[in-house]
Amino acid sequence: MKKSIFSNRWLPYLLIAPQLLVVLVFFFWPAFDSLRLSLFQVSPFGDRQIFVGVQNFISLLVSSEYHRSVFHSFVFSIGVTFFGLALSLFLATLANQKIMGLPFYRTAVLWTYGVAPPVSGVIWLFIFHPSYGILTYVLSLVTSYEFNWLLKGWIAILLVIFAAAWAHLGYNVAFFLAGLQTIPKSVLDAAKVDGASGINLFRWITFPLLSPVTFFLFIMNMVFSFFETFGLIHAVTQGGPGDATTIMVYKTYLDGFVNMRIGTSAAQSVILMALVIFLTVLQFRYTERKVFY
Amino acid sequence: MNDFDVIKATRPRRDWRKLVIHLLLIFSICLIGFPLYYSFVISTQSMEEAIQKPQKLLPSTHLLENYTKVWNRIHMGKLLLNSSIVALVVSLGKIIISILSAFAIVYFNFRGKQFAFWMIFVTLMLPVPVRIISTYQVVATMGWVDTYAGLTIPLIASATATFLFRQFYLTIPDELVDASKIDGSGPLRFLWSILLPNSGANIAALFVVMFIYGWNQYLWPLMVTNSEKMKVVVVGIASTIPTGTQPPEWHLVMAAAMMALFPPILLVILMQRWFVHGLIESEK
Repeated sequence: MKKSIFSNRWLPYLLIAPQLLVVLVFFFWPAFDSLRLSLFQVSPFGDRQIFVGVQNFISLLVSSEYHRSVFHSFVFSIGVTFFGLALSLFLATLANQKIMGLPFYRTAVLWTYGVAPPVSGVIWLFIFHPSYGILTYVLSLVTSYEFNWLLKGWIAILLVIFAAAWAHLGYNVAFFLAGLQTIPKSVLDAAKVDGASGINLFRWITFPLLSPVTFFLFIMNMVFSFFETFGLIHAVTQGGPGDATTIMVYKTYLDGFVNMRIGTSAAQSVILMALVIFLTVLQFRYTERKVFY
Repeated sequence: MNDFDVIKATRPRRDWRKLVIHLLLIFSICLIGFPLYYSFVISTQSMEEAIQKPQKLLPSTHLLENYTKVWNRIHMGKLLLNSSIVALVVSLGKIIISILSAFAIVYFNFRGKQFAFWMIFVTLMLPVPVRIISTYQVVATMGWVDTYAGLTIPLIASATATFLFRQFYLTIPDELVDASKIDGSGPLRFLWSILLPNSGANIAALFVVMFIYGWNQYLWPLMVTNSEKMKVVVVGIASTIPTGTQPPEWHLVMAAAMMALFPPILLVILMQRWFVHGLIESEK
């Protein structure tokens, strides 16, 4: 904390007011309103609201449709997270070796940070296209299995996992690279003197020392795939085929804006809010982010 | 054996190892780059070339024709302009209000400081999807549907940017404040002529990260705009995907995708140094 400060009665309030105003009007008020709406049944045009207590939550708990969206969310998020982390750790380890051309290699990996998930989705949609896609074509040369995401749910999930992981690769690699660079050279040298090399060095020294970064990225990737992939689903699969790619965020949107079941949708928002609070608290508890005085 | 002998003894093995690393990296980069390359190649082909089997994975001659066609068809100029406005207002807005908040938090003591800081912190746990219906209703009540204000202002708060500037201000030596006090300059003068000129790297870093955040928004622009003239490019792209009854003009879809990807990717490449710094520092 600063020892040297200015004293002024009203200036600090004036300085912090713009941010607090945005936070209050567009974050806190809507969040509380979602909490309130989750306890009401709302008519499609919002003109009548009937208090129903926790009824919306109970109907969600017994709805097999909702169970499926939770299941799809977890399959999708865990897929994006594990696939993305494995690939980016591999890439970051390679791009952290002392070799020529490193700046080029790093740029050639990090640019993916600029890719918006929905645009990534559009490109992968064509790669997976049942009639024209290159992946479908290549697979048709080696197998007679009908590789059609419009008919098979698991292929649709694979499609959105690839698209999301690709768009998020640059982010993951940036953090792994930064993490690798904080490992003291002396530790690695000591291990080398003891005879560790290659896979062993990675398995017993590098990977354990990276675990705070890996944990942080695990949480951030879960948050990303739960909350920031709406556009990808909306633009590419629209939750289909059937409801194979209807993840929780997409179902919340469908119920709130398409089916006009606002109470149910608000209840789903509240569940998502609990989830993101859980993930954020977990992250702050177990990583060394010191943001408080 | 002295050091020199060790180096000599291990050299052949090292060279071989480095070659493998180069090859693995080149292979991975081709794999990662493939979707972008594929999209580019298809965007230069005619429709017949783009949907033939097997496709040729080399550029053809229809680049200009395809890009002009899709530019006019989905009003690409307007889409890109809207995305630029949104990304610029959101990123600069986040940076400005975060600089001011962090300055208040670090350099002043005032009643409710802890609470204000906590409120900004909590926004981390309230991403757009969890408050979508009610945020939309607030914006609708304010009459901001289909306006730039509605598109940008609800996205402007930033806990991460506030933390970053706070963290940075805490590293500025107290002597600078004392010196500026002795000179008789007030807090705003200090912010303007001491803190800001030293914040360049942090501002550049956050700008890249926040610009891309703004450019890549989808859910909020989808909700809050309903006219064609307010659409952003990431939302506009989705409308080019041919449905069952339309001709499979995937060459045009890929041309549109390339144009939507170009600005943010260029920004990441040009400002890579700052962007990596901003990403890492703002999460600490």
